[in-house]
Amino acid sequence: MTFEHNTLEQVTTWVNAGHVSDFPENGGSTIFHEGDQIAVFNFKVLNKWFATQNLCPHKKQMILSRGIIGTEGETPKVACPYHKKTFSLETGENLNGCEDSIETFPIKIEDDTVFVGLYEKK
Amino acid sequence: MTKIVIVGNGMVSYKLCEKLIEKNTSASITVIGEEPRPAYDRVHLSAYFEDENAEKLSMASRDWYKGNGINLITSEKVSLINREQQTITTHTNSTYSYDYLVLATGSSAFVPPIKGVDKKGVFVYRTIEDLELMMAYGKKAKSAAVLGGGLLGLEAAKAAIDMKLKTSVVEFAPRLMPRQIDEVGGDLLKSKMEGIGIDVLLGKATSEIVGDDVMTGLSFSDDTALNVDMLIISAGIRPRDELGKAADIKTAERGGFVVNSLMQTNDEKIFAIGECASYENMIYGLVAPGYDMAEVVAEQIANENKEYTFEGCDMSTKLKLIGVDVASFGDPFCENIPHFPITINDQQNGIYKRINISEDGSKLLGGILIGDAEDYNMLHQMFINEMALPPHPQDLIIKSTGDGGAAIGVDALPDTAQVCSCENVTKGDICCSIKDDGVTDINGIKKATKAGTGCGGCMPMVNNILEDTLQKMGTVIRKEICEHFTYTRQEMFDLIKVNEIKTYDELLAKYGQGGGCETCKPLVGSLLASIWNDLILKEATIQDTNDRFLANIQKGGSYSVVPRIAGGEITPDKLIVIGEVAKEFDLYTKITGGQRIDLFGAKLNDLPLIWERFIDAGFESGHAYGKSLRTVKSCVGSTWCRFGLHDSVGFAIEIENRYKGLRSPHKLKGGVSGCIRECAEARGKDFGVIATEKGWNLYVGGNGGANPKHAVLLAGDIDKETVIKYIDRYLMFYIKTAEPLQRTAPWLEKLEGGIEYLKQVVVEDSLGIGEQLESDMEVLKAHYSCEWKEAVKNPEIRKRFAHFSNTDQDDPTLKFKRERDQKFPVAW
Repeated sequence: MTFEHNTLEQVTTWVNAGHVSDFPENGGSTIFHEGDQIAVFNFKVLNKWFATQNLCPHKKQMILSRGIIGTEGETPKVACPYHKKTFSLETGENLNGCEDSIETFPIKIEDDTVFVGLYEKK
Repeated sequence: MTKIVIVGNGMVSYKLCEKLIEKNTSASITVIGEEPRPAYDRVHLSAYFEDENAEKLSMASRDWYKGNGINLITSEKVSLINREQQTITTHTNSTYSYDYLVLATGSSAFVPPIKGVDKKGVFVYRTIEDLELMMAYGKKAKSAAVLGGGLLGLEAAKAAIDMKLKTSVVEFAPRLMPRQIDEVGGDLLKSKMEGIGIDVLLGKATSEIVGDDVMTGLSFSDDTALNVDMLIISAGIRPRDELGKAADIKTAERGGFVVNSLMQTNDEKIFAIGECASYENMIYGLVAPGYDMAEVVAEQIANENKEYTFEGCDMSTKLKLIGVDVASFGDPFCENIPHFPITINDQQNGIYKRINISEDGSKLLGGILIGDAEDYNMLHQMFINEMALPPHPQDLIIKSTGDGGAAIGVDALPDTAQVCSCENVTKGDICCSIKDDGVTDINGIKKATKAGTGCGGCMPMVNNILEDTLQKMGTVIRKEICEHFTYTRQEMFDLIKVNEIKTYDELLAKYGQGGGCETCKPLVGSLLASIWNDLILKEATIQDTNDRFLANIQKGGSYSVVPRIAGGEITPDKLIVIGEVAKEFDLYTKITGGQRIDLFGAKLNDLPLIWERFIDAGFESGHAYGKSLRTVKSCVGSTWCRFGLHDSVGFAIEIENRYKGLRSPHKLKGGVSGCIRECAEARGKDFGVIATEKGWNLYVGGNGGANPKHAVLLAGDIDKETVIKYIDRYLMFYIKTAEPLQRTAPWLEKLEGGIEYLKQVVVEDSLGIGEQLESDMEVLKAHYSCEWKEAVKNPEIRKRFAHFSNTDQDDPTLKFKRERDQKFPVAW
């Protein structure tokens, strides 16, 4: 398991991901940061933002930002467009129970600017 | 801590580990296997020939063993058991002590004592290593013979065919699979084998393998001979019980450690399971009884339960052998038992079925199914549970042509009936989870009982039990969309239409709950499009990725692009534009089955640029990405063809342009043929039109795909206007009433009254909705606009095709290679 759920305390840098309007409502978009791809989701219905790795662990495709987002019970989730593997946007856990978890990142909005919290990898 | 040592690392050994872990045993487990890799699926060994991927056959990785605290030792052979000190010693002189020792040593291939078996070119078929040796040798060989026409022999023959060798099967008995099927079945199987190029030699006793150092052929006792480069021996199995002798563990006359119903050998600390165990003088060469034995041992070790015992196992099997369904259950022959056989021998379709009925007509004793084993689950259940037969037992194997299905339903099964044999789940277990735990869907049943989580073969039956039980409980079975909308698709259709709802968010706020999901969002997107035909990009994020980006996502994250080429007719100028665009953007091009050209490998951010060029040249979206009309295929027709009766190309173009952009529960395809020769394959489509002397025949409900279906006649000898009127009505009726993602063929099959009812609705207008359906279609037609034209001229929409929202650069992970002068994606 490569389970990693990054918490606020771990954040070492807040990366400017762009203006709120750069991200579609109730959907995702990808940002590129120093070689990494991060999927950013504007979950308007829940009035929340989420950020995860863009790579789907199933077939190792850079694709999650293009998935449909939704909820399973109380858990917000994203479904990979290739084979509909679903992941919790909060913890990164795979909800089908057969794939590795994905990495999630804290996110904050200040003055209509979106920031994704990253931390130094050891 | 209790110490368990398992000798052998095959499928049954793995299953024992899995069961011990599941039962939370605190014991320390050591597994010692002589093969170099962890347990793999020997049942599907021949699949290794297709791709040489040992990983696919793997049951569990080394990490799995490690993660569960199991000490896995491979490439090590146990050479000695010391019962007094309770230790075992391996060939490298390592010693392990045990509290319980489980022998799961399996079996080896039986090599008959034929002169010359030690020559080069003779192989057995048992392990991945055997296969690797065979494959290396097979590269230089031209022909191969398989000794043994049983289950494993035919698998080996498939492997030889896959190696592109001229293949013969040599069987001593007068028929193939002599232990499972009778002569008539054997004949049918033989002709099927011959059909794929396997020579079958029956009644042949091999007397010698000839050649000097290297084999060159076989000679038989009837003085005939066969020249062949290599021989694969698959003449049965021998239990690996050699550890028994020195340790004084009792073995059976025909081999195998003798065990009681607790799988104990004569030493109660030592168990034997799987193919090395002999229970009541019987060796079980199948995996399911082996799993059963593992359960018996796991119960004793983990739960000290001695109540759960092995009672023998029935040897019924169902499998797909070289593409042919073969099943046998109970006593397939009833040789010395009075019985009445009922048989169907349908040579034209390659189907043979036999069931044996007891003399008093009350019970099923066994049977054989070849070519069509769909009824196996039900028949097998009837046999094991000794269920009463229906009044006309022949109905069990003869499909009635009317609307009735099988003559007997799951209702008649007793609660003890084992439905899922992989996980040993009974009908009672499933019913309990529904009645007591409130489970209402298949996923719930899988979670609660594990039924269907193994091979999945029981899923149709589990589904039937679910529906049957719910119905009996008075639960109305409603196919509700998902947790966010407690409505059926048809109800959603009406809600949207009557309340004039135009967006998903509005519908969710008024009639749904939660945040939506990947099931309801695209479904509502499709309904909104089917009802209002607004631009789907207005609410792009509820669409599946293909609809969201108006292109088809392919491996590696690139997209493919298909401009509409109505009826397959295209001008040279437009062809040149396609070529130019493909060259400029480096796209792989291929002609599709629907008479158009697909361009693959487009980057997301190039899509608007590509389409700008196409729109300028007069192309429109081909909707290859949508659940919508794809193509209307046509033959050349009367304009050029000397047989053509009418202008099929012109009519196909007219129809394709009429329905282009029409969103439906699933994709739609059409065809128009200019005469009965049917070059457009119109009857393989959702709607097909074929020219006749007097006009046109209209067929509906056909498709290709996994379950090919010919379209059936809706109306004959009608004029063009009537054809269009009927297609309008038919398609709208389908769009309104089908289940999500249901194509027209299964829709028509489920439609009560079938094609006759559809004729009444569409042709006779029995519901009086004909005009309404036509005007609904007119509304959709009037709202059509090319999605790509809208997308490229709207800067806001164009922005969405950027790969990254914070930089203009391409996705650096897109990777391609070049083959046959074009670009290809790198495999995932």
